[in-house]
Amino acid sequence: MPEVSGTEEDVMSKLPAEFPGAIREIRVTRPKVVKVVIDRKDLLPVCSFLKTDLGFEHLSCISAVDWKDHWESVYHLYNYTTGTTVQLNAVIPYDDPSIESLVKLWNAAYYHEREAWDLMGITYRGNPKLERILLPKDFRYHPLRKDFPQETERQYISRRKLKTGGR
Amino acid sequence: MVEFWVNMGPQHPMTHGLWNMRVKIDGETITDAEPEIGYLHRGYEKIMEVREFQKNVVLTDRLCYVSSITWSHAYCLACEKMMDVEVPPRGQWIRVISLELQRIASHLMWLAAYGPDLGLLTGLLWALRERELFLDLLQLLSGARMNQNFPRIGGARNDLPPDFDKYCFKIIKHFREKLDEYESLFHDSKIFRMRTEGVGRISRADAINWGVTGPNLRACGVNVDFRRLEPYETYDEVDFEPQVWKGGDGGDSYARFMCRFNELEESCRIIEQAVKKIPEGPYRAKAPRRAEGEGFARTEDSRGEALFYVIGDGDDRPYRVKIRSPVFCTMAATPIMLRGYKMADVVSILGSVDVCVGEMDK
Repeated sequence: MPEVSGTEEDVMSKLPAEFPGAIREIRVTRPKVVKVVIDRKDLLPVCSFLKTDLGFEHLSCISAVDWKDHWESVYHLYNYTTGTTVQLNAVIPYDDPSIESLVKLWNAAYYHEREAWDLMGITYRGNPKLERILLPKDFRYHPLRKDFPQETERQYISRRKLKTGGR
Repeated sequence: MVEFWVNMGPQHPMTHGLWNMRVKIDGETITDAEPEIGYLHRGYEKIMEVREFQKNVVLTDRLCYVSSITWSHAYCLACEKMMDVEVPPRGQWIRVISLELQRIASHLMWLAAYGPDLGLLTGLLWALRERELFLDLLQLLSGARMNQNFPRIGGARNDLPPDFDKYCFKIIKHFREKLDEYESLFHDSKIFRMRTEGVGRISRADAINWGVTGPNLRACGVNVDFRRLEPYETYDEVDFEPQVWKGGDGGDSYARFMCRFNELEESCRIIEQAVKKIPEGPYRAKAPRRAEGEGFARTEDSRGEALFYVIGDGDDRPYRVKIRSPVFCTMAATPIMLRGYKMADVVSILGSVDVCVGEMDK
């Protein structure tokens, strides 16, 4: 039986060896889940290494997160053979919300990136059609950003919010 | 010949909801297609940021009204991973039972919609008749026919009602007899087979690359079932067979139909084992109000892989929630399934994908 690559030990050992200096943080958060934090410029090489050499063939999800001082684009990659997940957090500076697109590697990225741009406003360079997907075409904002006002002020007031004035 | 675009939707009997499939046709042949979605976007991820963790369960129910328990369960599971809450065994078994009941109800709703798409009106009436039995079971369990609001972060809302196993056995025994009738209605119908076999093919590599999951991926012959591959709750203790298409290259409408149809029987098997094996004890653990950190959980929803990614910042409300909807990703791959087939096959292909607009548009 050929040796199955793509277990969590494989990722923990091979990924830092292949990209010295690029991995900001790597740790096993729970069995079969590895969390990796990288900078946005290393996204494409790291992802193509994970896909071709370690067998992470399924791009499950792309989520964009607004941390108020920086952005993060979070990729959940999955290995169908070993059942391992890699959660890849790519850090993006706040003043320039853009990152390479992954459409070249996974076509699944096409819709996820469109959605992330639509709701969070992160530009994915190289996406063939970065247009509104869930919101109307003439919508002018990116509503999942933290500076987009919530409707709480008039609809939903918790007791704690009344006390503290909300955030 | 001149090629032109035809809108199938937003109001079309095929769409089962509000979305638009634009197909480019050359005569009768489809040369290109483009889904247009977003008509039902309600801004779930934004709304959830201002509700408390436990209160979001009622929202996630409404993601897909056909299979609400599977969705609120996926959210609860992600929150439990973040908060490090361990669900007591009885709670896990109750969840397994409710999940599988919901899966059967969801698949029967799909069958009821797929039948009349292809001219089998009897399929609608029969499947909805049997679906009502499973909704009765869910009502017995949780008090509501639909949108049950049943899972909780840390367990389930209430215990099993008395004699629940007897009702389950009775209904499943009745349902098995009806399944044989379904087989003669669908599998033996020559028209149904002609309209589904060899239509809407997607290759195995394409399906994985485009992020197709669930029964649609298993129809391509890929043995991926998250209940088996990454067992959550107590799925590692029950004996069931993930339904994978084994007859040839597959990936067509008929293979997708068969995988879903056979899952009905597998879910019955899981429920039978679960109500026998369920231990005594508490069914709900206490979950903290506030949480910090991040957690994600993926479950095998009735339509594919459901993933919730929840981030907490120490407040009693999530900082960010990301919902990965299986239909949203499958929708990206539908142009590949459609290209090269006839205009009349659109209904057969998109019906077999099992679209639920509520979860697709979030």
